Amino acid sequence: MSGARPNPVAEPVAQWRRWLVLGLLSLGAATVVGRAFQLQVLERDFLRQEGNKRHIRTMLIPAHRGAITDRRGEPLALSAPVESLWAVPSALLDSPQHVTALAKLLNKNPRAFEKFLTQRKDRKFVYISDPLPPADAQRALSLKAPGVFSEPAYARYYPAGEVAGQIVGFTGRDGDGLEGIEKAQETLLSGKAGSRRVIRDRQGRVVDDTLESVAAASGKDVQLTIDLRIQYLAYRELKAAVAENKAKGGLIVVADSTTGEILAVASQPGFNPNNPPERRSSGTRNRAIVDSFEPGSTVKPLLVAQALELGVYQPTSMIDTTPGTYKVGALTVRDVHPQGVVDLAKMLAKSSNVGAAKVGLTIGAESVWSGYQRFGLGEPVYSGFPGESNPLLRHYSEWGQIATATASYGYGLSVNALHLVRAYAALANDGLMPHLRLVQNEQATPPQRAVSAQTARNVRKMLEGVVSPDGTGIRAAIPGYRVSAKTGTVRKVSETGGYHGDKHQSVFIGMVPAEHPRLVGLVMIDEPGAGAYYGGLVAGPVFSRVMQGAARQLQIPPDDMPPPPPRTMAQPGTASPVQLAQHGTLPPPSPEQAR
Amino acid sequence: MKRGAMLLPMMLSVAVVTSALAVIRTKHENRALVNELEKLRGEQTRLDMEWAQLQLEEATLSHNARVDRIAREQLGMTEPRDYVIIGDRP
Repeated sequence: MSGARPNPVAEPVAQWRRWLVLGLLSLGAATVVGRAFQLQVLERDFLRQEGNKRHIRTMLIPAHRGAITDRRGEPLALSAPVESLWAVPSALLDSPQHVTALAKLLNKNPRAFEKFLTQRKDRKFVYISDPLPPADAQRALSLKAPGVFSEPAYARYYPAGEVAGQIVGFTGRDGDGLEGIEKAQETLLSGKAGSRRVIRDRQGRVVDDTLESVAAASGKDVQLTIDLRIQYLAYRELKAAVAENKAKGGLIVVADSTTGEILAVASQPGFNPNNPPERRSSGTRNRAIVDSFEPGSTVKPLLVAQALELGVYQPTSMIDTTPGTYKVGALTVRDVHPQGVVDLAKMLAKSSNVGAAKVGLTIGAESVWSGYQRFGLGEPVYSGFPGESNPLLRHYSEWGQIATATASYGYGLSVNALHLVRAYAALANDGLMPHLRLVQNEQATPPQRAVSAQTARNVRKMLEGVVSPDGTGIRAAIPGYRVSAKTGTVRKVSETGGYHGDKHQSVFIGMVPAEHPRLVGLVMIDEPGAGAYYGGLVAGPVFSRVMQGAARQLQIPPDDMPPPPPRTMAQPGTASPVQLAQHGTLPPPSPEQAR
Repeated sequence: MKRGAMLLPMMLSVAVVTSALAVIRTKHENRALVNELEKLRGEQTRLDMEWAQLQLEEATLSHNARVDRIAREQLGMTEPRDYVIIGDRP
């Protein structure tokens, strides 16, 4: 036991010490409560304001609009940053020397600029410039004029200008597509703006990133099937031809017949999408896709294909077109040049209306109709271009004798240029009709069979006669290539009903090379006013020049090289004797010739 | 008092001070990195701008109409259209 140690006696603590401790504690508590009251109630507004200055903010991350390119990646539409200057007029007017300096920098008349500002004195926000390249905007800002600020934005540029204007279309001021591919592919191009939450200090610098962010989804690039080189060539030749023939307009389409990819589409009048005032002109219409016309004689090969397919006619069948007129009820079908008894090839080469009407009436309305239907003349093209016109092909049960006869040579139905290109692509592609498209990598629908391969080859063979000295389209010949083609000269419907005597559409459609076609091209000149109006004379030469250029650029080998006359030399770059020898039209060069 | 009794509180307070300093340091590094990130983002925007400008410039310079004009007018070129007979003697 340790009981020996005495318990220390607890001395009583003085009462004041207890009160002192309690007093200090309650003083402390009172201070805390008082301070809280001061912060929460008395200085609340001030503190909230201070807090806002370094608030957590949600910043917008702008999304970049995707570019539109041609099939080789050349840009057709691009977004580039710009800055628009804006001003508070009253603040700027306070320092006149800045007004003058700024006016000079913006290429404006200082007086007019001052007047412009004075008129808008009451406003707090006035744009004082068009969107400028960032460098120019910085130069203007470096003047440090009071009340002048800049607003960043993206502007859309169209490097190809009017050459591809109607396909690409354009966007509005706030960057959404209004026309053409810009409109059709809006969802893909536009992208989605992202956001992130950050803490910013009073200078607006980001102090801390809270990592809560939604990444901006940039717009995807859209690649078209257009080849800008061919597009340019087509546009240039079309524009020249429209001017030369004093025509009202025109259009041209070049497509790859095997894949259905459209390599060029252009129409006149045109417009430059970089120039906003031109955007309201009629030039924005892509007439090749949006406008319909009566196809005229260009449907005759489709009719012949159907007649051959049915077995009613053979390639060797003869048709009597004498005396160049043919009465069907109240209608008299006329040929411009009566031909007598002809075979199908000559009927096409001379484009005999009487012959076509006789073929049509022989096979009957239903067969004519179903033939056109098989070539897609009654179905939309689904090219993916906004505002594509629908075809008009009435059902055969509504056709009488007269309608059957006129439909046989292309009147009484209306299609757009792409319909004809698609139908001819079927002939070019051994009967398989491809789906025409403008946008690359789009889900390709498999081609449909329109006619048998043998029929397609037979018709192609016949159409070679059009581009021969005997045919209507000799002006469309392309040196080195055999061309299968058809001319069409369509009389336009007048406003009063009936047909105009002197308003025509000259059409030329064909494929190159005739043996194994790769390209289909269509040229249409609307209301040529310089005398000539036959499709072969007006549209044919354009076809020839454009298709020759396209064949060269796509390196399509020629299929018809005549041996060059002796003692002449081919210019370098056209075709070497070795190439000719490969095509079997010329023996290998003897040493003498090679020299 | 036992000698060992003070050791734990001492060690804990040292650890508290050390971790406090580490927090300050990390915070500072965080700010520095955020700052750098901001700078790099700015740089990226600037480079994007420049890239867009350069693409535009290239497209303008290589525009077919311009190449066409220069080839024809300054260099005297033509398109190879057909056989051209350049002389009647080889």
